[in-house]
Amino acid sequence: MQPRGTEPMSIRGAAYVAGIYEHPGRDLPTHTIWDIHTEVAMGALADAGLSMGDVDALFCDGTAGFGVLTLCDHFGIRPKYVDSTETGGSSYLAHVGHAAAAIAAGKCSVALITLAGKPRTGSPPVQWAQGPESGFESVWGMAGAPHSYALAAQRHMYEFGTTSAQLAEIKVAASTHAQYNSNAFLKNVVTVDEVLNSPLVADPLHRLDCCVVTDGGGALVVVSPEIAKKLGKTQAKVLGHGEAVKHTNNGRIDLTYTGAVWSGPLAFEEAGVSVADIDYASIYDSFTITVLQTIEDLGFCEKGKGGEFVMDGALIAPFGRLPFNTDGGGLSNNHPSNRGGITKVIEAVRQLRGEAHPAVQVPDCQIALAHGTGGSLGSRHGSVTLILGQHDA
Amino acid sequence: MNRLPTPAPVVTPTTQAFWDATSEGRFMLQHCVACDAVVWFPRNHCPECFSPELSTFDCSGHGTVYSYTVIRKVANAYKEATPFVVAYVELKEGPRIMTNIVDCAPEDVSVGMAVTLVFHDTGAGNALYRFRPTSQ
Ligand SMILES: [Zn+2]
Repeated sequence: MQPRGTEPMSIRGAAYVAGIYEHPGRDLPTHTIWDIHTEVAMGALADAGLSMGDVDALFCDGTAGFGVLTLCDHFGIRPKYVDSTETGGSSYLAHVGHAAAAIAAGKCSVALITLAGKPRTGSPPVQWAQGPESGFESVWGMAGAPHSYALAAQRHMYEFGTTSAQLAEIKVAASTHAQYNSNAFLKNVVTVDEVLNSPLVADPLHRLDCCVVTDGGGALVVVSPEIAKKLGKTQAKVLGHGEAVKHTNNGRIDLTYTGAVWSGPLAFEEAGVSVADIDYASIYDSFTITVLQTIEDLGFCEKGKGGEFVMDGALIAPFGRLPFNTDGGGLSNNHPSNRGGITKVIEAVRQLRGEAHPAVQVPDCQIALAHGTGGSLGSRHGSVTLILGQHDA
Repeated sequence: MNRLPTPAPVVTPTTQAFWDATSEGRFMLQHCVACDAVVWFPRNHCPECFSPELSTFDCSGHGTVYSYTVIRKVANAYKEATPFVVAYVELKEGPRIMTNIVDCAPEDVSVGMAVTLVFHDTGAGNALYRFRPTSQ
């Protein structure tokens, strides 16, 4: 018999995403990242109907100065729960899961999560401390995420016959959605041929297989059921969360799958739903290959069949088999701070609230999935899956 | 012929022996005495069983291309060397290691091709390990 108080805890229904805000800017030359943090925090709190004085938990990534120390000072708050989990672009989905767990444990009741960055017009990239692998990975001329993700794409093509035209379908779907988003960095609808004719960046990835580089940010407010009830507006219920780190595995790196193979089942189990229940999915799209592998790894299709799955408009909202990234995603809309995680959650919440653009709103969207991939598919990355539902899900 | 730059690697107390061996044309792998695993990259513990008891041995220098990319544009020391190939080579001994494929046009590289180890002196007391197509 388990001692009292040690029953397995779940975050299902323990928290609600009550506030969302995506900064409308994509080029912000006169903002500091701290200005952006302020504006997105104000936006999300206003959306929730709360104020900074209500915040008792703060979450940010590892790029915000000294993390929560800097931001608590900047915002002028003294929260009783803080978390600077850094898993690259997937950090903010982890933050939602961690916030829900903290709320379930009674540690806090109003959690603020913010992201801000200026890769277009501002700050130099964050310099990370060198890892133990550094001497063995930094001397070969690799200089950015496209090079690393290209290694994954090449191997996936080799093992499963995936083609560049299939990867291009993912960009086509994202761009089809972006035309309805007046804030999107790229609003033009592209064709498969345009993707294939764009310059190769790192074979087999073309320029249009890569996400946009944008300034900006976003924020989320996650609250307890009691606060959610008081606020009394349409919110997204947190149903499940899973996270995983996939790495080089002592020289046995397998480039054909992502950590979604582990984070997905954890999230589905906690949420008590299956892939068939997902009405809409925000899938991290740093590159087209990121989407393709993730769709397979989450179980939307068999491993290796992602190329076939994305053909014929499967990802195009509202009526494709798996409507995805209806804001235009990182491929066309926004990838603030080179991190697309927070916008993934934001668009999923818009869908659940029925507030996506009418042209791409999934009818009666009840269950949405958001997935983040941070770091590099070609070496090590963090995968986080979040499942959200309508208020009464 | 080597037209790629040869930047000196970061050498730490943990990796000094590995890099010293490259100056003699040897690629050293670690072997876990406790669980028999081959260890890559060099560490002071086995990442399979966390034992600190490791021995070393020289790798055969033979492998196959597991995956690769042709880098078309870059802003680092390799700027003038584009296009060039970065790959994961699967060594005969097991580990998949990141490296360059050299002495071969980028368009002639393919997944699965047999490759052989070569060393390129960095001028800093060690050498970069790269791979060229295995001669028929
Ligand atoms: Zn061992």
